Amino acid sequence: MVKGTIARISGPVVIADAMRGSKMYDVVKVGEEALSGEIIRLEGNQAVIQVYEDTTGLRIGEPVDNTGLPLSVELGPGLISSIYDGVQRPLPVLVEKSGSFISRGIDVAGLDRSKKWAFLPSVKKGDRVAGGDVLGTVQEYHITHKIMVPPDVPESVVSGIEAGDYTVQEPVCHLEGTGPVTLMQKWPVRKGRPYRKKLDPTVPLLTGQRIFDSLFPLTKGGTAMIPGGFGTGKTVSEQTLAKWSDAQIIVYIGCGERGNEMTDVLSEFPELVDPRTGLPLMERTILVANTSNMPVAAREASIYTGITMGEYYRDMGYDVALMADSTSRWGEALREVSGRLEEMPGEEGYPAYLATRLAAFYERAGLVDCIGSGDRVGSVTIVGAVSPPGGDFSEPITQNTLRITGTFWALDTNLAYRRHFPSVNWIKSYSLYIDSLNDWYLENLGPDWEELRNRMMYLLQKEVELQEIVQLVGPDALPESEKAILEVTRMIREDFLQQSAYSDTDSFCPLDRQYWMLKAIQSYDSAMNNAIERGVGLKQVSLLPLRSEIARMKELGSAGEIQALAERIKTSIDALEAER
Amino acid sequence: MRSDPLMSRDYRTINYVSGPIMFVQNPIGVSYGETARITLPDGEIRTGQVLDISREMAVVQVFEGTSGVDNSVTNIRFTGEAAQIDVSIDMLGRIFNGVGLPRDGRPNIIPEDTVDIAGTAINPYARDKPSDFIQTGVSAIDALNTLVRGQKLPIFSGSGLPANQLAAQIARQSRVLGEGEQFAVVFVAMGITYKEASFFMNDFERTGALERVVFFLNLADDPTIERIATPRCALSVAEYLAFTHNLHVLVILTDMTNYCEALREISTAREEVPGRRGYPGYMYTDLASIYERAGRIKGKTGSITQIPILTMPDDDITHPVPDLTGYITEGQIVLSRDLFRRGAQPPIDSLPCLSRLMNLGIGPGKTREDHRNVADQLYASYAYGRDLRRLVAIVGEEALTELDKKYLSFADQFERRFISQGDENRSIEQTLALGWDLMASLPEDELKRIKVEYIKRYHPAYRAG
Repeated sequence: MVKGTIARISGPVVIADAMRGSKMYDVVKVGEEALSGEIIRLEGNQAVIQVYEDTTGLRIGEPVDNTGLPLSVELGPGLISSIYDGVQRPLPVLVEKSGSFISRGIDVAGLDRSKKWAFLPSVKKGDRVAGGDVLGTVQEYHITHKIMVPPDVPESVVSGIEAGDYTVQEPVCHLEGTGPVTLMQKWPVRKGRPYRKKLDPTVPLLTGQRIFDSLFPLTKGGTAMIPGGFGTGKTVSEQTLAKWSDAQIIVYIGCGERGNEMTDVLSEFPELVDPRTGLPLMERTILVANTSNMPVAAREASIYTGITMGEYYRDMGYDVALMADSTSRWGEALREVSGRLEEMPGEEGYPAYLATRLAAFYERAGLVDCIGSGDRVGSVTIVGAVSPPGGDFSEPITQNTLRITGTFWALDTNLAYRRHFPSVNWIKSYSLYIDSLNDWYLENLGPDWEELRNRMMYLLQKEVELQEIVQLVGPDALPESEKAILEVTRMIREDFLQQSAYSDTDSFCPLDRQYWMLKAIQSYDSAMNNAIERGVGLKQVSLLPLRSEIARMKELGSAGEIQALAERIKTSIDALEAER
Repeated sequence: MRSDPLMSRDYRTINYVSGPIMFVQNPIGVSYGETARITLPDGEIRTGQVLDISREMAVVQVFEGTSGVDNSVTNIRFTGEAAQIDVSIDMLGRIFNGVGLPRDGRPNIIPEDTVDIAGTAINPYARDKPSDFIQTGVSAIDALNTLVRGQKLPIFSGSGLPANQLAAQIARQSRVLGEGEQFAVVFVAMGITYKEASFFMNDFERTGALERVVFFLNLADDPTIERIATPRCALSVAEYLAFTHNLHVLVILTDMTNYCEALREISTAREEVPGRRGYPGYMYTDLASIYERAGRIKGKTGSITQIPILTMPDDDITHPVPDLTGYITEGQIVLSRDLFRRGAQPPIDSLPCLSRLMNLGIGPGKTREDHRNVADQLYASYAYGRDLRRLVAIVGEEALTELDKKYLSFADQFERRFISQGDENRSIEQTLALGWDLMASLPEDELKRIKVEYIKRYHPAYRAG
């Protein structure tokens, strides 16, 4: 084992001498307090180390021990409902060990060592298994946790396997030639877990959010970004997605964000119920919390820690959704460490490899055919929040992320100021998955779906043009038909796109309701057009109580009631006769 | 704990001085982040901190500045300790300088404990959810951007805008409904003028709160770099008062823009790669290490609520200082020059304001069941009225529909009666009632954000009948 000494300390970066023989990304223990760190550069005898804890108090000449292992996470039963820091230390255990404030040099295992899990084998002695094959299962809440042969194990024969209660470290199975397999395996965080092949995503990740599901959908295995200035609701959107997405596992990474927000998630999730399974949301969630005042290097590691855990559940054949809030803070951690290394800066001081790192992270998303026998298809979906300085989308992180993500949900400060939430700008946002999802939508919602969506998008686009005219000449100058458009788009904006994350009835809106809400607005739209052609004035229509009924559509209980409303709209407008 | 008097050594090997930074050669046994005592040729003693250290060189920032430092006689002694401050409950009613030494002419405090000023991060799992509504008596805050205990809610001001008056008013009027518990104020001045500092002192004196306040004063003519330590000293005291003595502490930090400028000065002197507008790339992390020292902790009754005040240079909310602050704090209160000119007091521009923790502090049992709905409706209606103003400027008021005229007048009344309130201290009931009175000027079916049952219960039309 390589042992060196500290030669320089600058913030989270430590340079150590006599480190020849170390590998890149080896985990090292720095100083007498044995702070954890990772080698990020090698120069002759020297190693540059980023330290995951506060370096105050370290001295020149203190020892540095190389563990020889890359930064890894522990994967196994017990991950779900855990809350970790950026390097997979369980925060509740840290509270037990060091109190309310996080102290340094505490080494805690990611998985509980004492808890016993009931293991049920699904292979028997003499079977041939290889990396990725399922050996048996353990029940983790309602999730059937598949115990898999670690991916890098070659094909071998099972020489012993038995049902029973095991801790994560006790061998549950013996393989000839390769040795025992435990419930827990380790995997280096910076290396994606292998899969057989990537598949084209064709199923939407339903979120219960109207603007996402209906206008700018995301696929299971896709990537999305949510950029927005402060106060536009990035975190609320990320949390809403974590709550209502129809994935089986959620990994929520609070990367360099507020402590009180993590507390909010922690206190809220155990009480919230998944609308699809009726079980507490916490029982499908893994939290990684590295708040803004926790060490920056651990912030850099946190998104890799999160995605590796996500890939592990993907390999079991589950749909995983990963929320990273915020990738800008991760980029800033990169920048800070890069600055301390005195690397040549790229744009705005970010290192030149920023784009590569971002792409490498987002490419770990995907719908994959998992390794191992049997047809297992799993997915990891990534939704990354981006916090552009000054709300300026031309900055490097936003631009580099734009190039690699499939769905772009642009949050708009002006919408947020007027409390239009979610403040997703419908003109700037886009989804590249619309075409590949079309078949699914047509099959599951109805053949008129494409037309319906296109009409709404057309109207919203048209509204922008009309608003410009109104700004110049006033609303009276518009012809009736265009005034009607403005009225319909106001309905789309206020009664469809606006959705309160805090409302009991409206924070989750199933897809069939979304469809019928759009149908109701469409029926108003087409009936109005007919009426205007017949010579019926807008005034006459506005005397009908339809507007306020549509406005209260969000409070209606079922899709059926909204369907009835859509029909009522048509018949009552059609019944109007032209005034002479 | 880390203190080791045998390790402290004296050096006269300063070989390079630049701005607030000194480079000391061949430091042996010096630790990262430790405090240095610097003795100048004339005997003056200053304090510094190690920023970077290698076998050959230690980089030391000098809080009081480097004027008078030479590179032959000046002596530097490393104390072996991280920067620390003595704390005690007796600090209440006292005035300290930017690094925590008394500046009121009274003797040093007798310490009950000594703590590192850098502080450590609160474990997110140990945090308790902020949920107590603080009634500030200011309608624009209570109704629309509610402050809760443990929150950090900054005031974004512009030069010449009355942010101090607002902060003083909040400090004076704040109370948690139905409780008469122990509170304290920690007031932190960074680079403000004596006049501004004495405004606060007089205000606290007038209301008899002076004995509950700890002052940390780094005034405009005090050393700039001291400002780096000032908020950290103050927050260490605040943490001690909150989590050891179970007080509810309100921390007022003014002016954060001056703090950021000191940070920029050090960064420039160290020749670091600058981020936006010359501020260092790590400013977000640095500011977070200050702002995140607010909140509540499970199992402790005390709390820290922060009201940082900052000046937006040229009223620009996208400037790095307000921008990064907004990304860390739980909302913001924004003052508007336009409203100020038109005589609103306080001139709070409610549209860009936000309180992220509002929902935790309002609703039945805390304020009133209709609070959320009323706030949403007031916002939406006011925003629409403000949009119309632009239209009116182009096409004239005659071009508006009857309904739009109502919205226009609503926006005016809202600014005049609701936002502007002078020194009045309004209870939350008064504030909400005023909100309903204003909304009554709009047709009832325009109140789409309000549940029908609340309209029936609180709308003046139904109350009267």
